[in-house]
Amino acid sequence: MQTRFSYGGDEHIFAEVAESMSLEAFFKGLFVTNAVRDARIKGVIEICPANASYQVKFDPDQIRPDDLLVELKQLDSASETSAPVIKTRIIEIPVLYNDPWTHETLMRFRERHQDPNGTDLEYAARINGLDGVDAFIKAHSSAPWFVSMVGFVAGLPFLYQMVERQRQIQAPKYLRPRTDTPKLTVGHGGCFSCIYSVRGAGGYQMFGITPMPIYDPNQKISYLRDFMCLFKPGDIVKWKPIDRPAYDAAVADVDAGRFAPIIRDVSFSLTEFNNDIDAYNRKLEGVLHGN
Amino acid sequence: MAIKVLKPGLATTVQDLGRPGYYHIGIPLSGGMDRHALAAANLLVGNEEGAAVLEAVFMGPELEFTDDAVVAITGAELPPKLDGEPRETWTSFKVKRGQKLSFDFLKQGARGYIAIAGGIDVPLVLGSRSTYALGALGGFKGRKLEAGDELPIGKAAAAVKEGRSVGKDLRGLPAAMPTELRVMPGLYWHRITDTAGNGFFGDTWKVAPEADRIGYRFKGGKPLEFVPREPPFGAGSDPSNITDACYPYGSIQVPGGTEPIVLHRDAVSGGGYFMVGTVIAADMDLIGQLQPNTPVRFVKVGMDEALAARKSRAGLLGKLRSALA
Repeated sequence: MQTRFSYGGDEHIFAEVAESMSLEAFFKGLFVTNAVRDARIKGVIEICPANASYQVKFDPDQIRPDDLLVELKQLDSASETSAPVIKTRIIEIPVLYNDPWTHETLMRFRERHQDPNGTDLEYAARINGLDGVDAFIKAHSSAPWFVSMVGFVAGLPFLYQMVERQRQIQAPKYLRPRTDTPKLTVGHGGCFSCIYSVRGAGGYQMFGITPMPIYDPNQKISYLRDFMCLFKPGDIVKWKPIDRPAYDAAVADVDAGRFAPIIRDVSFSLTEFNNDIDAYNRKLEGVLHGN
Repeated sequence: MAIKVLKPGLATTVQDLGRPGYYHIGIPLSGGMDRHALAAANLLVGNEEGAAVLEAVFMGPELEFTDDAVVAITGAELPPKLDGEPRETWTSFKVKRGQKLSFDFLKQGARGYIAIAGGIDVPLVLGSRSTYALGALGGFKGRKLEAGDELPIGKAAAAVKEGRSVGKDLRGLPAAMPTELRVMPGLYWHRITDTAGNGFFGDTWKVAPEADRIGYRFKGGKPLEFVPREPPFGAGSDPSNITDACYPYGSIQVPGGTEPIVLHRDAVSGGGYFMVGTVIAADMDLIGQLQPNTPVRFVKVGMDEALAARKSRAGLLGKLRSALA
């Protein structure tokens, strides 16, 4: 992989690690941005890792753009040799798939969809060669997902499915973006799933909704008191399909301040993962459930 | 000391110079879209340059003061009235307890900045008082103002004089029509053909109605033609798609190759559309003063010109500081 650099005006350097998404490209971006953070370069204001790219915002009154570019290129090539092991977290996210709220919304915006006669789940199942909605939900929720980027809006995670490329779920975005998406919708576009942290516009297919808040600007939710956004790049997510009574109970727990998400520390090795993906994922799930 | 909101205007928000440091998790800078006008309003009433003010877009609010105050309105030509009596923009004036500040119709520009000596004293959130409405964060309850809101005002530092003003040459507003926005091509510029690139800089665009704090959309130029490719895995099938990446402030994305969108202070931090380049930092304030339908041309510049423009913009602020010192 040869990183491509470009100035984004006089205040940003944009670096594309690879055109295509892969965990290798993601890890490279994560390691370089960590190195940039550790280097404490004068004039650097924001360091943003993304899926297969990264971006640094700087103050050109404090550092000459060309000088920063030279430093970034050095850090970028030095990170090639980094061992792809990270210490991270695995987080269980309960999901009510096929819920009434995203269903109402997707019906309201049906004329903007590729398939006006079905639902987003039915469409995604069909184009991914899966036998119906239940088989699709199983495919979506059986393997864990990597948080490969946080952004778009506050605290929104982009999630990359941890299976071989040929098994990855893919779906195009809506033909024209919706003007509304329920808060905490689990969506999917391209090869990425996401959780919409706030209500608003969106173009991803809508599969379900989680009762678990992931962004709280008032920091009242117990696990968001330290910081208002739950996710960091590198987190691992495991979806847990739930039914309506379990969803309602979780919402009541959140409202009463007693919802306790399952979050465990775990280390992740890309090499071991690539050696035997299914076995490695079973191991991760074991950590989640305290085995 | 407080001010009561009698009428909120169209989308009036509390803003300061913003909230850097959280873009990597999707929380944008926010802050005044015209930072120069925001600084000027504060300096006129004796505040720190980055104190919190009200940013009113297209239409002013109606405010009642619970105590004596000194105020100044800068930015757009949004003529203030005190108990119905006209007052000057870009000039500090006194308000007495119980008086009402309202505004006439917008004459020029888009965003007016209303500074009050002492500053709007809403709580700091992640180091800033700016409103990020999409994330319901900061400002007054994380949202635009509504009738009935009561905004706390800080204590003014010292006795502030009225009648201080800023001359036309120090206001830094867009001068000629069409407005020229200087752009450094880059990012995914290679995705479009040479003809499309020439068209982008040659055409006159117009500000579309979809123009807000997140971004300004432009229309009226020729659609951009793409260089053919195999879609990279993860990007999506449309030729304007990329594997979702970070968006620089001022970056120009062109979904479907049709209508360019320049991201502004409340930018979405990333997404899956290619970008042709970035409006230079020195010209970002100007965008905040553009009304829908304003003709605009994008002018190609390089880094040296961008840095020179930056220096000149900083020089203007320096002169403003000296003039109001």
